[in-house]
Amino acid sequence: MAYRRLLGAQVRSQAQYRASLAVDVAGSVLFGVLDIVSVVVLFRVTPTLGGFGFAEVFLMTALASCAFATADLVVGNVERLRQYVRSGLFDALLVRPLSSLAQLVAMDVATRRVGRVAFGVVMLVLAAANAPVELTPARLALLTVTPIAGAVIFGAVFVATATVAFWWIESGEIANGLTYGGLAFTQYPITIYNALFRRLFAYAVGFAFVAYYPTLALVDRPDPLGAPAFLGYAAPAIAVMAAVAAGIVWRTGVRHYRSTGS
Amino acid sequence: MLAAVVTNSVFGFLRFAVMLAVIEAGTRTVAGYGEPQLATFVWAGQGLIGVVLLWALPEFAERIRTGDVITDLLRPVDPVWQLLAADLGRAGYAVITRFVAPVVVGALAFDLYAPRRPATYALFACSMLLATIVCFSCRYLVNAAAYWLLDVRGPQTAWTLTSGIFGGLYFPVWFFPHAMAIGLIVATPFPSVIEIPLDILVERGSSMVQLGLLGVQAGWVVALLVLCRWVQRRGERKLVIQGG
Repeated sequence: MAYRRLLGAQVRSQAQYRASLAVDVAGSVLFGVLDIVSVVVLFRVTPTLGGFGFAEVFLMTALASCAFATADLVVGNVERLRQYVRSGLFDALLVRPLSSLAQLVAMDVATRRVGRVAFGVVMLVLAAANAPVELTPARLALLTVTPIAGAVIFGAVFVATATVAFWWIESGEIANGLTYGGLAFTQYPITIYNALFRRLFAYAVGFAFVAYYPTLALVDRPDPLGAPAFLGYAAPAIAVMAAVAAGIVWRTGVRHYRSTGS
Repeated sequence: MLAAVVTNSVFGFLRFAVMLAVIEAGTRTVAGYGEPQLATFVWAGQGLIGVVLLWALPEFAERIRTGDVITDLLRPVDPVWQLLAADLGRAGYAVITRFVAPVVVGALAFDLYAPRRPATYALFACSMLLATIVCFSCRYLVNAAAYWLLDVRGPQTAWTLTSGIFGGLYFPVWFFPHAMAIGLIVATPFPSVIEIPLDILVERGSSMVQLGLLGVQAGWVVALLVLCRWVQRRGERKLVIQGG
């Protein structure tokens, strides 16, 4: 399959310089460490955060970190679309008989980011053991599916925000507010944010389903904000909706693409 | 510009929400900061990122890699001073744009702490200037690694991580154990970029403490600029312009 070849070529080329790749992977792991260290340091100066203890916030952070790292590995580099549009390179993708988005993803995959994903998975296992999560088959399934659904939600946000470049090339780091900002948001319980911010990030974008609601279901705790318990299991459905929405935004963007003509 | 201000402001809301949650769980002060002080710390910090330009693309490293650096070396002024002059000009403009905007947003949404002592404004201005030079020097050293490595992604990653967590961007360094915080402030350049200017602005400690912090920054400015000059001289000897 053509995509697999593109992807394979990328991964092989990035693995040519072993030492360089190893250093990059180590750097990627450190970004994961940073997520966890922030939480540990915050809990040094406070016993609870938004009504939740360390174990629960640690679990949220681990879920968020896993989801974000996976999305970043797969579609993170779609933010380079800006350069493709500005330089006119995007034309080259459009003349090939493959999906432009899939090509972009396959061409720019950043192999080094597996480090952060691997570290995230280890932290998730630790956090679940520490919480402690009473493992029933349903909870085990939830624990496996949630990071994947979260990754799809983050992936959708990456794609949708990168699409802004079709209309606004100098959009700079505005996408970061939703992508990296989304990671910062999902790491902590949504109870700490004010109502407006919560509505925007947690419900409109769907970030509450990356870590907050699943964590409530995992540790068997009712939502202090009064949301029904089944929302803990709703992440996959939200992920599908987010992916469809991002797809629509992307298609609209491509249709509005006007080459630089150079 | 506009995009950067919007992004900085979004992060201002996110970071301050976390700080508020920390303070509400405790006794209304945390690590010596009251609520308005933390608000100023977060929002002025979001503006300061743009002034010191914490995350810059490694442009100079790219010039070394491609060999364009040769035009910098032909000029009768040392590349360190050329780049520093350009960076100070950029920072001056950023003060009236990227610094003011998030502070205004923060002031509209929350109660910010206004310095009680008039001298603090002057001290903060000096501190911001020194912070810009410290940050410039660190970024310069990261870029200059290209003389030896050609690709500076490793040093760049190291700088992004350490400056954020040990510099006071994600949370004040006083959230660390006390001895560690003091060690960081004195023995590493990172707090001189974000933490020290903000501590001076929110008047954490007396006027003497503020002056002491400025002294630490000045020490780092001298040490780092000397180091930059030395690295540049060594780098020039190492430099091979590739190709024709």
